[in-house]
Amino acid sequence: MSRFTKPLLIAATLLTCLAGPSADAADLAGIGRPATQKEVAAWDIDVRPDFKGLPKGAGTVVKGQDVWEGKCASCHGVFGESNNVFTPIIGGTTKEDMVSGHVAALANGKQPQRTTMMKVPTVSTLWDYIHRAMPWNAPKSLSTEEVYAVTAYILNMAEIVPADFTLSDQNIAEVQKKMPNRNGMTSKHGLWDVKGTPDVHNVACMKNCPVQTVVSSFLPDIARGASGNLADQNRQFGPVRGVQTPAPGTPVSTAVTTKVAAASAPGNTTPAAQTPVATTAGQGVALLNQNSCVACHGMTNKIVGPGFNEVMAKYKGDAGAQARLEAKVKNGGSGAWGPIPMPPQTTIKDDDIKTMVRWILTGS
Amino acid sequence: MHESKNKSGRILAAPENFVAPDLAQEITTKGLNEARRGFLRKSFLAASGAAVAGSSFAKGLSASEIEAGGDPNILNLPEHSTTLGKAVASTPYGMPSKFETHLLRRESPGLTRVSQASVAFAPLQGLFGIITPNGLHFERHHQGWYDIDPTKHRLMVNGMVKQAKVYTMDDIMRLPSVSRMHFIECGANTATEWGNVAVPTVQYTHGMLSCCEFTGVPLSVLLDDCGFDRKNGKFVLAEGGDGSSMTRTVAMDRALDDAIVAYGMNGEMLRPENGYPLRLVVPGVQGVSWVKWLRRIEVGDMPWGAKDEAIHYVDLQPDGQQRQYTSIQECKSVITSPSGGQTLVDKGFFNITGLAWSGRGKVKRVDVSADGGRTWRTARLEGPVLTKCLTRFNIDWTWDGSPAVLQARAIDDTGYVQPKGNQLRAVRGTKSIYHNNAIQSWQVAATGEVSNVQIY
Repeated sequence: MSRFTKPLLIAATLLTCLAGPSADAADLAGIGRPATQKEVAAWDIDVRPDFKGLPKGAGTVVKGQDVWEGKCASCHGVFGESNNVFTPIIGGTTKEDMVSGHVAALANGKQPQRTTMMKVPTVSTLWDYIHRAMPWNAPKSLSTEEVYAVTAYILNMAEIVPADFTLSDQNIAEVQKKMPNRNGMTSKHGLWDVKGTPDVHNVACMKNCPVQTVVSSFLPDIARGASGNLADQNRQFGPVRGVQTPAPGTPVSTAVTTKVAAASAPGNTTPAAQTPVATTAGQGVALLNQNSCVACHGMTNKIVGPGFNEVMAKYKGDAGAQARLEAKVKNGGSGAWGPIPMPPQTTIKDDDIKTMVRWILTGS
Repeated sequence: MHESKNKSGRILAAPENFVAPDLAQEITTKGLNEARRGFLRKSFLAASGAAVAGSSFAKGLSASEIEAGGDPNILNLPEHSTTLGKAVASTPYGMPSKFETHLLRRESPGLTRVSQASVAFAPLQGLFGIITPNGLHFERHHQGWYDIDPTKHRLMVNGMVKQAKVYTMDDIMRLPSVSRMHFIECGANTATEWGNVAVPTVQYTHGMLSCCEFTGVPLSVLLDDCGFDRKNGKFVLAEGGDGSSMTRTVAMDRALDDAIVAYGMNGEMLRPENGYPLRLVVPGVQGVSWVKWLRRIEVGDMPWGAKDEAIHYVDLQPDGQQRQYTSIQECKSVITSPSGGQTLVDKGFFNITGLAWSGRGKVKRVDVSADGGRTWRTARLEGPVLTKCLTRFNIDWTWDGSPAVLQARAIDDTGYVQPKGNQLRAVRGTKSIYHNNAIQSWQVAATGEVSNVQIY
């Protein structure tokens, strides 16, 4: 095991080994302090595949459905199937997979898009991730019971547990034994260890090397402009220039976002940057991006919820719209645009909501 | 006004050497008369005079410039040469030139759907040397970024240690520091190219790659300070302080070898987008393990199977098995200029330049082919050549105007040779997403336009 600390520290470590723990921090006197039990409990939230770290508790599928529809469905779809905002959670697994522990669709390619439940081998992973990072815009806000319940509901949608199931710290290990892809992982490869053995081998041929004379893949003309105008992505002096690739049908949203990004780029004095950065219009767009509104609402298109242009059109000339929509953003709502509810946005400041709604309604 | 000087080169229609465009147009439409013959003669004489005096210099001058006796950028002294410039510290934090507005971090349209869980690629096509400027370092966040108050940031070390401890930034920056130059590459860099060509430029094919001098305290110092369990502590968990509180398992031998708890980046503090005030640096290992906004290190006896180890960052193989904990970034290289989406300004001499790196050690050699891999020449490696660090290579090339395919192939000090795409696909299929280190091909058309192609 190679070490790279300074000689002094290596000496200290050797000393430690010989002299025992009391000499441990001799050279680091005054650095750091012991963590309190309460501090460790506050941060040490990870749950391992052997369920070390899992808090005691339980949650029902029924309760999970409630939480799901209020806080999760807007991004993941009512059945966890949505591919609009994030890749689907549910789908592609079978009863046979639950028996074998291998998801057949990973090998036979019958499911075009890999879902979470096709890939994940461990319930611990779901529990840990939902607990630490969900919901998307309010991570760590779910109670222990809600995490158990949502996990149970996902497992129910994937047909691993029945609708009357209660998931708890007592039975979670048993449920993990039914995971469709529990045997689908391997660590037998050369990329885990720095001294691992490579699996692909080339030789450094220098002359008369075997080549294919045909180009097997290239970017079709129709896709040339898909990454924006490449002329704008290279310097206008030097050995090369960027190719002019105008992007037909570039959505307005991209232009707006780019403008904001360009305006905040250091040293940028393009015309876009010369417009005052502190306009409320710029703030409105920036806030919509920052608060992930654009995950569900397109600037000019429906994603999960309506496009901002549609909202603007619907409430045009409606004097009360500003106040009503502010309340709707804050408290959530459903029915105006379809069955998928908009979750309440409790963590956004009132002033920011005001700015965003004003931008949506007036563009300024 | 002086457009001809700014636009010299093959890619824009250059005027005839000695005939001004308006005159040429007149001759074309109205034919030659005596007056025009006179102009023509005069221009021709001026051009040949210049040719005699100083080779083919007049080639780059327009007729009006020849008339004037040379380049107006030389003959007419500019404002910056004849007036007083700005005072020191006019921009207390220096900014790039106002002309440098094109090389920016950019998202690849359509790649991700939520910009808080997305990627901004580094513009490799215009960068020099091996250090990535801090403002152009690629970005990858899992749940958005924050600018965290360093006076309130804490690092906790717990788990299989004799004493769980809390460190402030004051503590960490008092500790013995190291400064090391290392590349960071996302495991998903070049992921779009597994099956076929998908994006046009090196920014989008390889731009989840950056390289900095990182300064911080070796992780081993902190682990020692807490008295970690040397017998059973086989792994550490690194956890971020952001909303995603992203976690990754790092094997203990990596943690003790050269991992750094870093606060410095190219001489200044980390940028917020790159983990300010603290991130983990795990040289040679994919970027996802370089946990940003690092708040906690836990020592344990088994891997954690976190979301980014069990759902994402798993490499699907043709038999349906997913490789878990794929970490090491194997030897790879790419030509950054000329590269896809660029056009050569003219025929003649060019410096082919690019980057090579290996997660297992140093780059030993880089070979470059201009004929699609039939013949290869060894490129010059610019110093310093450091372990798990980008290495810049250069090689001379004269373009004769005929179609060409440019490729680079790196070899590291383990003897491993960067593979072709078909060699990778033969083993790993086309759906493994991560760890694509295939040889990249750039096709140069007769027009001088360079495009992304696959020939293996």
